[in-house]
Parts: sequence; structure tokens; C-alpha cells
Amino acid sequence: MGDLLNAFAVAGKSALGFQAVFFALLAIGLNVHFGYTGLLNFGQIAFAMLGGFGIAISVTQWGWNFWVGVLVGLAASVVLALLLGLPTLRLRADYLAIATIAAAEGLRLLFRSVSASPVTGGTRGLAAFNGDFIALAPWDTSRRYSVLGTRWSGGELWVALVGWVLVALMCLLVWLLMRSPWGRVLKAIREDEDAVRALGKNVYLYKMQSLVLGGMIGALGGMVYVVATGAANPDQFQNANTFLAYTALILGGAARVLGPVVGAIILLFVVQFADTALRALIENGIIPGELLSSTDVAQIRFVLVGLGLMLLLVFRPQGIFGDRREVMLDAR
Amino acid sequence: MRHPSATAGRPEPLRSAIRPGPGTVVRGVLLRLVLVLVAATGLAVLVPGATANAVGETIVGTLQTGRSGPIEGIEVTVTTAAGDEVDTVETDEDGKFAIEVPGAGQYTVTIDADSLPEGVVITGEDSRTVTVDPGRRQPVQFGLNDGTQGAGSGNVEAIQLFVDGLRFGLLIAICAVGLSLIFGTTGLTNFAHGELVTIGALFAWWVNTGLGVPIIPAGIIAMIGGAAFGALNELGLWRPLRRRGTGLVAALVVSIGLSLLLRYLIQIVYGGFSNPYSGLGTSRAVDYGLFRLTNQSLVSIVISVVVLVLVALMLQRTKIGKAMRAVSDNRDLAASSGINVNRVILVVWMMGGGLAALGGVLLGLSDQVRWDMGFQLLLLMFAGVTLGGLGTAYGALVGSIIVGVFVQMSTLVIPNDIKYVGGLLLLIVILVIRPQGILGSRARIG
Repeated sequence: MGDLLNAFAVAGKSALGFQAVFFALLAIGLNVHFGYTGLLNFGQIAFAMLGGFGIAISVTQWGWNFWVGVLVGLAASVVLALLLGLPTLRLRADYLAIATIAAAEGLRLLFRSVSASPVTGGTRGLAAFNGDFIALAPWDTSRRYSVLGTRWSGGELWVALVGWVLVALMCLLVWLLMRSPWGRVLKAIREDEDAVRALGKNVYLYKMQSLVLGGMIGALGGMVYVVATGAANPDQFQNANTFLAYTALILGGAARVLGPVVGAIILLFVVQFADTALRALIENGIIPGELLSSTDVAQIRFVLVGLGLMLLLVFRPQGIFGDRREVMLDAR
Repeated sequence: MRHPSATAGRPEPLRSAIRPGPGTVVRGVLLRLVLVLVAATGLAVLVPGATANAVGETIVGTLQTGRSGPIEGIEVTVTTAAGDEVDTVETDEDGKFAIEVPGAGQYTVTIDADSLPEGVVITGEDSRTVTVDPGRRQPVQFGLNDGTQGAGSGNVEAIQLFVDGLRFGLLIAICAVGLSLIFGTTGLTNFAHGELVTIGALFAWWVNTGLGVPIIPAGIIAMIGGAAFGALNELGLWRPLRRRGTGLVAALVVSIGLSLLLRYLIQIVYGGFSNPYSGLGTSRAVDYGLFRLTNQSLVSIVISVVVLVLVALMLQRTKIGKAMRAVSDNRDLAASSGINVNRVILVVWMMGGGLAALGGVLLGLSDQVRWDMGFQLLLLMFAGVTLGGLGTAYGALVGSIIVGVFVQMSTLVIPNDIKYVGGLLLLIVILVIRPQGILGSRARIG
């Protein structure tokens, strides 16, 4: 029973902590791409990686200010969006999907390679770049605080708070943009690209703007993540995380402003709860160690995500809040 | 978020059978000339020994070079941190050694340079200090270079890489033909195709090492298993989804979900290790004048060519092959001229599954069996299929071979560990220049 309560607490902490902020921001970006514009970006994690490493490299390697690092990360994500969008946005949806997943995996391999390690730290990554940011916290970051039965360090609380403010700002931005004429064009592109083109709109340009905007939001997510963990490592940015964000988006409801946020909170709670509860069951010997060892548990979250993604798409593509007619699922 | 196998410095993906020499990292033209002149190729890799479950702490390793294979009879000595000798052993015929140590702690492993065969030199230090954790088998690595092995054979690196790239490209082609045919007949971009490859390789590994079946029958059994799994995919998932009228984008995301589900289930069941097939015989490379090939690579090339020719003949001559092309071209027209479209699609899935399994076995031969081997390959398959033209079987073939050769040849100018990045970059460049691919038609790309 105590273990169960503990699992609830751990899951609750990650559903409110920086992990949820990270996936919420990734999913908000994907919402702009997939939910509103109908672009299949399967490499969102690459934008997050560039965001995170933008800060890490600028601060530790080049000795620049933290906030300059933020700008570098955002700029890098814009460049990536342009590079990916230029060749693929004129093509069918699955070409963008293939190109983005390939770019994400390629960038990760590049960042962890030996030749890149003088800059990126290779497989060891970079650390010690978030001091300037943590120092801004209005409370004592070296102390630990108790919130709703969970223990947080002052730094964690600060990053989570700033992270949720960012999430709120991004939701507000998306809400304002999507009720503007610009947002209506995006939604129209999702529904019928040719019709929009017939009305004299430059579809390509709108798609590109959407890709850049969503990518920048994803880069913010990566920044929150690396600042919270205090380390940037290429292997933190496995491509499976993109699909965790997709699952969060579809679970909450695509093309809804708060859908990705609610989805991320619920999904993080579920996977973290499953993780902690399974570990507790293994430790207590309820699940025999031969069947499932505690090192295997780390993979359970992606098994759950894969299963969840399939079931959602088949049985409830609109998720919790979505409108089935608004979910872009028919290819063109 | 990051899983253990990723952080534990996992082996570099998809090791090629013949590794270029140690000068890979900074490789100027001059250096390359010198390398060709002295033909200093062949690099020792120490792979952790096969997974025997030792109870106590053990230090293990394999001494081998890329050219001459495992080396027998090298003396390996382990001493404690205080300098007391624990044990001295000689490597066995597989070049392996294992030394049990009295407990966790720091040890120094030394190899005796005098016991090395003539011409083999140690690159770097002849001793390593390792920390052994409780209950662990601690692998150690030594670099060995058999510079004289290649001397006088006129071994030209570019040709060597080209041949190796051909082997790799044919392997990609075997896997990619199924991917392309599935796309052609159903419109589905199957992101779970890489898992068909992994499952084939794993199934063969299990039959091979678990049941003790030799590798060739094990490979054939794996192909049958792969075909059955392909059929299961179609009957259990994709046909019902088509019947429900699921859109193509939804199907694409479902296939990604399936890919994640299978990939991480495989990692849970199989673990994060890489394992070789057993009973392969010698891995010594045979000299063919301009290049060297291990017998396994040669067999792999021959099998690939034969199978691909058979597939082409089937597509061209047989009734079912013609029906496949007809369904790819125009599904409705094919259906109205009396072709049973669902049956054709089922056959395509079975063929795709069987071929992917074969590709997995061939990949496992050269690079060992790993849980994410298929996913790594999937992106190169996509590159090949896109280069050749999405949805065309022959395009997939041509494109894959080009991608394989390109990836291997690119190590002439870029380091080995980022050669896949070159392949993926090629994919993006193709999309800029000629998105319909070499053999594709403009109409398909939307």
C-alpha cells in the first residue's frame, strides 16, 4: 500500500514537473504542425535537441551568456525547419515524415559521434550550463521543499514553474494565432490544400511558417529539459520521444489548444506510474525477476506508448477533447 | 527517457564486416596514400565474449584483427592493483579469453607482446586498467594491427569499400523490396518494416544458438517465420484497418506505434546486447587480389543476388507477380479485371516479411544481432526506396544498392561512426533534386 502511494506520488511529480513540461511543449509544437496544418513531423525531438544543445554549447564551449544560448537554440531550430521544409513541403505527407525522422536520427548520431565530441561532448554530453538560470530563482535552490507529499529541490521547482509559464504562454500564442486569419488559412490547408491554393494563398509559405513555429516551440521544450536535468546528452533525445509527444497530442486531442497539455500530463502520469509500480512489484517479488527485471522496466514506457498510439488511432483518433472531423488523418 | 543500453556506450551501429584501418578519424589524402602504400589495414576489435553466465567476477575479451580474424595463443595476464598476479591464460581458437578474478575491484590486464604472431602489433598500450563491478563480466579492449597482412596484395581501399558497399546495398535491397511493394499495393508507408528485419534475425539467432540448428537451415526457418509474421501483420491489423476505412496518415501513425511496441518489447525480451550467430566457421578474409572478403560476405552477396533475381523473375513472369504490379499500378482497375486484390496484398506481405527476415539474418552475419538493428536499417531502406522511386520494386533495388555503396564509400572522407549520417543526408538531397526518384513517376509524389 505504501508502495502504491509512493508510485502515485512519483507519477504525480513527473506529471507536474519538467518532464511533463518537456512533452507538453513538444506536443504543442506538433499540434501546430500536425493538428492545425496537417504536417507529419516525425523528427520533433531534433528541434528539442538543437534547443537544448544551443544553450549547452553556447555556455560551456563558447562561454556566452545563458540568454544568448537560448537565442542560439531558437535560431538553430529555425534553420533546421527551413532545411527540412524546403525540399519536402511540396511533396506528399509521408515524404516529410521520412525526411524528418531521418534528420532527427542523423543529427543524434552526428552529435554523439567521436568527431563531434569536441563541441557536443559526444556520448558523455555537456553539463554545468544552467547556473545562471537557477540563480534567478526567488527562493533558496539548495533547500528541498515538500509539495503535496513529494520532495522537490528548489531548482526543480523553479524550472517547473518557469516551464509551466512557458507552456501557458505558448498555449495563449497558439490560441491567438489560430483564431486569426493566418490560423484559419492553416486549418484550411489541412482540410483541402488545393482549395486554398485556388484562393490565391501561397500554401508552401504558410506550411513553412507553421513548421518553423512548431519547431521553435519544440526547441523551447528541449531547453527546459536540459536546464532541468543540468546535462545535455545526445542519447536523451531518442526518436521514440517524438512519438511519446504524438501520443500525448492525440490523447489530449489534436487541433485543440489545451489538448497537448492535458495529454502530456495524463500520459506522463500513466507511464511514470506504470514504471514505479512495476519496479515496486519486482522488488517485492510479486513479479518474478526472470519474467521482468528492473532494468527492463525503463522500456515499458515506450511499449505503452506504442500500444496507446495504435489503440488511439484506431478507436479514438480525436482523443479526449478533439473533434473527429478536425483530425487530419486522410492522406493527400 | 534515456534507456540504459543507450548510455552504456553501446556498440556503434551496424558494424561493417571489414573495418577500415585506424586512420579513420582524420583522413587526409596523404595519409590515405601512405595507408595504401604500407597497406596498414586491419584493426583489432575486442567484443565482449558470448554471454555465458559466470557467477563470479570475470574479465573477458576477444583478440582479433579485421584481416586475419581471431588470434590464438596470445598470453593475457591479469594482476591486482597491488601488483599480485591473478592468472595468465592464452586465448583460444576464437581469440577469446576469460579470467576469473577474486572479487570486485581494480585490475590490470596485460597482453604479452612477444606472444603475438609475427606482423601483428599492439596499437597503443599493452596493458589496461579496468574496474570490475560485483558479479560482472568486464570486457577489455586492446587495439591490434596486422599491418603486414595486407602488404603486397595491392589492396586498394576504394575498391574494398565498394565491394563491401555492394554487399550492404544488396542487403538493404532485399529488405526494401518488400517495403516498396507494400507501399505500392496498399499505399502504406510501413514504419514497422525494420522490426520485421529484427524479428527475422532474432528468430534465426534463437533457432541457431538455442536449438543448435546450423545457420543456413536456421535462416530458412527464419524466412518462413518472417513470412508468417508478415501475414499476421496483414490479417491481424492492416486488413481490418482497411476495412474500417482508416486513412493513410492514420495508418502511418499506427505503423509507428507498432514499430515502437515491437522494438521495445524485443529489447525487454532479448535485452540490449549484441550476439553473433554460432557455428559460422572462420571469419578470416580471403584475398581476391583487389579486395578481400570473408566467406560469409561472399555467401551473403551470392544469396542476395540470387534472391533478387528470383524476385525480379517472379514479378516479371509469374501470374502473381504480374498481379502485384497491376495492383501497384491501379488498384481499382486490377480489381475490376478479376484480380483478388486482398490475396495479392497478403502475398506481398508474406514476401516482404520473408525477405526482411532474410535481410535480417544477413545483417546479423556481418554485424551481430541487436534489438534495434532493423530500425537503424529502416532509415537507409527509406533512403534507398526514395532514391529509386517510392512504390516501384526495381527502383527500390537500384536505390538501395546506391545507398549501400554510398554509405560505405563515404568512409573514405568521413569518420566511420557517422557514415549513416551521410546516407540520411543523401535522402534529403534526393528529395531536393529529384523527389520522384530515379525510376519513379512524377504523378506519385503529390
